[in-house]
Amino acid sequence: MADSFAARVVPLVVACALLAAFPFVGGKFYVDLMLTTMIFAIFALSLELLVGRTGLVSFGHAAFFGIAAYVTALLSPQSESPSVLWLLPVVLVVTALAALAIGALSLRTRGIYFIMVTLAFAQMAYFVFHDMKFAGGSDGRYLYVKPVLALGPYTLVDFDRPLTFYFATLALLVLVYALLAAIGRSRFGHALSGIKANEQRMRAAGFSTYPYKLAAFVLAGALAGVAGFLYAVKDGYVNPEILAWHQSGTVLLMLILGGIGSLRGAVVGAFLFVVLKELFQSEALFGGFAKHWQLPLGLTIIACVALMPNGIIGLPSQLRRTRVPVPHAG
Amino acid sequence: MDFAVFLVQCLNALQYGLLLFLVASGLTLIFGILGVINLAHGSFYMIGAYLAYALAPWAAQYLGGGFFTALAIGLVLSVVFGYLLEWGFISYLYQREHLQQVLMTYGLILVFEELRSILVGDDVHGVAAPAWLAGSVQLGSVMTYPVYRLFMSGVCILVGLALYAVIARTRIGMAIRAGASNREMVQSLGVDIRLLYRIVFAAGVALAVFAGMIASPVSSVYPGMGNQVLIISFVVVVIGGIGSVRGALFASLLVGLVDTFGKVLIPQTAGILVYVLMAAILLWRPEGLFRAG
Repeated sequence: MADSFAARVVPLVVACALLAAFPFVGGKFYVDLMLTTMIFAIFALSLELLVGRTGLVSFGHAAFFGIAAYVTALLSPQSESPSVLWLLPVVLVVTALAALAIGALSLRTRGIYFIMVTLAFAQMAYFVFHDMKFAGGSDGRYLYVKPVLALGPYTLVDFDRPLTFYFATLALLVLVYALLAAIGRSRFGHALSGIKANEQRMRAAGFSTYPYKLAAFVLAGALAGVAGFLYAVKDGYVNPEILAWHQSGTVLLMLILGGIGSLRGAVVGAFLFVVLKELFQSEALFGGFAKHWQLPLGLTIIACVALMPNGIIGLPSQLRRTRVPVPHAG
Repeated sequence: MDFAVFLVQCLNALQYGLLLFLVASGLTLIFGILGVINLAHGSFYMIGAYLAYALAPWAAQYLGGGFFTALAIGLVLSVVFGYLLEWGFISYLYQREHLQQVLMTYGLILVFEELRSILVGDDVHGVAAPAWLAGSVQLGSVMTYPVYRLFMSGVCILVGLALYAVIARTRIGMAIRAGASNREMVQSLGVDIRLLYRIVFAAGVALAVFAGMIASPVSSVYPGMGNQVLIISFVVVVIGGIGSVRGALFASLLVGLVDTFGKVLIPQTAGILVYVLMAAILLWRPEGLFRAG
């Protein structure tokens, strides 16, 4: 037992230490890239709760990421730094309400229907921000000042300072990870796993599964909102493309790259995706072909689905299974 | 809105709805029978439009034909393409989870879009309608309506009737209907299910490619044109019910009406109106309006 606990916790502590040390050794470009990676890791973790834990394949998760980013940009004042203490909660509440509305409708369906319906609702959110004047249409909207966390006269966290932003994001990533890990061990988390394994049986066992699924959907939406908030603050700019269905596809891709069904997989997948994207977009490697980076990405996706259905995390056990034949019973 | 304007909008709605039906009917059959969620279906529409653009000059130069020769060649190519695609990629997805189907077909979209970008470029192109269809007819005193759009609606109706005849009256249609309502049963009754899957997939691809080809003179040809059609087709399938061709027809026409009149009457919300319709139908009937078959 102690062994497995160490095996679980040591890699996490090492990963945190490496991430914390990174800004002091990496160049400016790479620190910025790592910050983006961590934001996407939070986004991927939020979807993990739905896809990996509950077995609900949502193809519209970018909606919540984008709604949060837009609410952040729309609520930020023109000149004075807003306080995180009210901005982030408001953003999360609005995002959670959107998730409640979309989830309440989408969860009336299941399977293939659910995938299509979530995609369609995300597209609807896309058109809301694309067509409505208040959000700046397809040009998007700028965010002029970054929020601060201040207590009285003391500014504790100023998101305008890159290093502070980096550590605030790391802290949020750790918090989201810990929250999801705690949920995984809770009664609620076990109920969600039960729904994934066999929803009929859960109902037969006396669970009303709909509220559980809806709670997971709303929580996942709100956590995606954390990522969307950070994204808007980091770039200082939002446009409808962050709600586009490519974004929903990308975050699903991160999950399958890393491996469905584990929190580590989601984080590793986000990291792998950013590395792959940078690799394929690198003009040093691919020259003029780099602008067609989605071609190698698409081929990678197809190869991943065909060859490693359990992701990178599942690769060692997958290889072990193919190399060592299963001993015959009896 | 006077009567002539109303009539023009009705014709537009009908034409848009019928075109959607060509794409969505293939999609719903592939869902219903193969059990595969095919995100790449919009790409086939895009490929069709680009085929019409690329084949037309070629057909004119070497075969002495115009638009219709290109159409015929494109149709043959699309069936072969669908057949090979099913064999090479889709057939690996039948036993897999939905998530993996989503991702593999999503990967295919990226590949198709980039190949399109490499082969044809990212510019917007027009495709010329055949000369004898290029005119307009007079509607009322001031309105005119392009003949080609009428022709499109007519062709879509013919294809729809042919589809109905095949599904309702032939042996293979019987297998398709049975497959849509109970896949395992059809398999255990000795129908060669692999061949049936391959035929249904190739037919679905051909329908979408055909839709793209005949739409190209009206919509022009541009990058990303498939994605828009894909998502609206999803809405159509959700409203109509998975696996139901009749449902796809009804829902396509409904979506065509709502979208067209929405753009005229309340232009501010035109983009989201179709999704509101879908939400309303989901509240009322989560399984769609029609059963499979």
